[in-house]
Amino acid sequence: MDINEITIIGGYNKFGEPEAVRELTVKKGEIFGVVGPTGSGKSNLISDIEQLAQRDTLSRRKILINGEVPPVDMRRDPRKRRIAQLSQNMNFLADMTVEEFLLMHAKSRGIEKEGIVDEIINLANKLTGEPIKKEYNLTILSGGQSRSLMVADVAVISDSPIVLIDEIENAGIKKHEALELLAGYGKIVMVITHDPVLALMTDRRVVMKNGGMTEIIETTEEEKEVSKKLNNIDNWMLLMREKIRHGGRLALEDIEFTV
Amino acid sequence: MDNLNKIDKTNKKDIKISIVAGTPGAGKTSVLIHTIKNLMNAGHKPAVVKIDCLYTDDDVRYGKLGIPTLIGLSKDMCPDHFAIYNMEEMVEWAKNQDEDIDILIIETAGLCHRCAPYTKNSLGICVIDATSGPNTPRKVGPFLTSADVVAITKGDIISQAEREVFRERILEMNPHCRIYDVNGLSGQGCGEIADEIAETKPLASLENEELRHNAPLCICTLCVGETRVSKKYHRGVLRRIDGFTKYTGE
Repeated sequence: MDINEITIIGGYNKFGEPEAVRELTVKKGEIFGVVGPTGSGKSNLISDIEQLAQRDTLSRRKILINGEVPPVDMRRDPRKRRIAQLSQNMNFLADMTVEEFLLMHAKSRGIEKEGIVDEIINLANKLTGEPIKKEYNLTILSGGQSRSLMVADVAVISDSPIVLIDEIENAGIKKHEALELLAGYGKIVMVITHDPVLALMTDRRVVMKNGGMTEIIETTEEEKEVSKKLNNIDNWMLLMREKIRHGGRLALEDIEFTV
Repeated sequence: MDNLNKIDKTNKKDIKISIVAGTPGAGKTSVLIHTIKNLMNAGHKPAVVKIDCLYTDDDVRYGKLGIPTLIGLSKDMCPDHFAIYNMEEMVEWAKNQDEDIDILIIETAGLCHRCAPYTKNSLGICVIDATSGPNTPRKVGPFLTSADVVAITKGDIISQAEREVFRERILEMNPHCRIYDVNGLSGQGCGEIADEIAETKPLASLENEELRHNAPLCICTLCVGETRVSKKYHRGVLRRIDGFTKYTGE
């Protein structure tokens, strides 16, 4: 089944009031943002989509695929799941090696591919500082390593037409590369972010408040200009970060910068 | 259906039996409360028995649903053995309620994971906590491997990849089970568990009913109250750490 669009039929906010946004459709090829203060229900919105909620979650939202209620198998069986999710839950509980975990995950998605473990680890190591090795136990990975491994895992094993990303910016990994890797081409991408650069990279964004979707904002031309300039600041910040990370020292002349 | 089953005299209606087992703290009661609400909304009349060891206040939680609730405390006995031994009483109790009970749900505490209280013609439901890690399905034994339905709880607090790995491990241990992701807080997935319970065939009598899996093989002096550790005090069927099993005694 080709997935051309997903539709979120609004439910209720934390106070039991109907959400202001009653219906939201995101089409193939679109990168859609989810913004709002912490606790406003962004992660719940993403997990409603991941679980293809049918008015059976706290929000009572309903998710349609291509305008229709998705088949039951798609909700349950990872082999038929067409949704990849990168959540904030990044602490591995699995007491197994990186290799065992990746092979098991590939199996759960019905994927058999020679060299898939190396492919994922190489990809992950492009996003993080200290390299991950396949014989490492998952539970010893650092926050950044876990995050990078998850990004690479989602990009390769869970490669799906719908991609849901929950805050890619918070783990000390290269967020632009990570987003590019995940978003691919011709997918439906929803990304939760507090980062203005990432937020303005999207075509539209929904604003969350008290557990409900309150407003949809289209990214204006002016905002896209702002985005470009913010991006410059961001790159400059990254440069400083890398300097410090590698034991360098900063001087006042390093911050002589104009937007 | 009714004309097939005329065995029990007190029988008002044959009862569908579901037996729910799972690791402590997995969320059995929370899942069941949502499941029972679904059953009641669909017009069923469920009753619930909770078997625990030393203490439970789940009768208060179930009581809020306004359904008949029976508590059994096994005290110093194994709760699963206690549940199995008392199954006829539980069914009897359910049939003697004023309302026409059509579904009996038995929730057991379950401790050593070495047995499963499911019988051949009941619905066996295993509730298992995804945060216990993907090695858990390999450790827990018959209550998972002989279950019809596996309800995975707390999946919302681990990553999608780990959730999928956990599910795969369950399928390795029990390839024929039907797996549902459930949420004990929101009730998500409990509608599907309720459908499974409602679709179970009613059981006319426990007369010839059998367990799916035997309870642990062990009858020794410890089972009847011996507290001394030294080997010389032990009699019965005993197994050494190297696997050597022997019978000591008369």
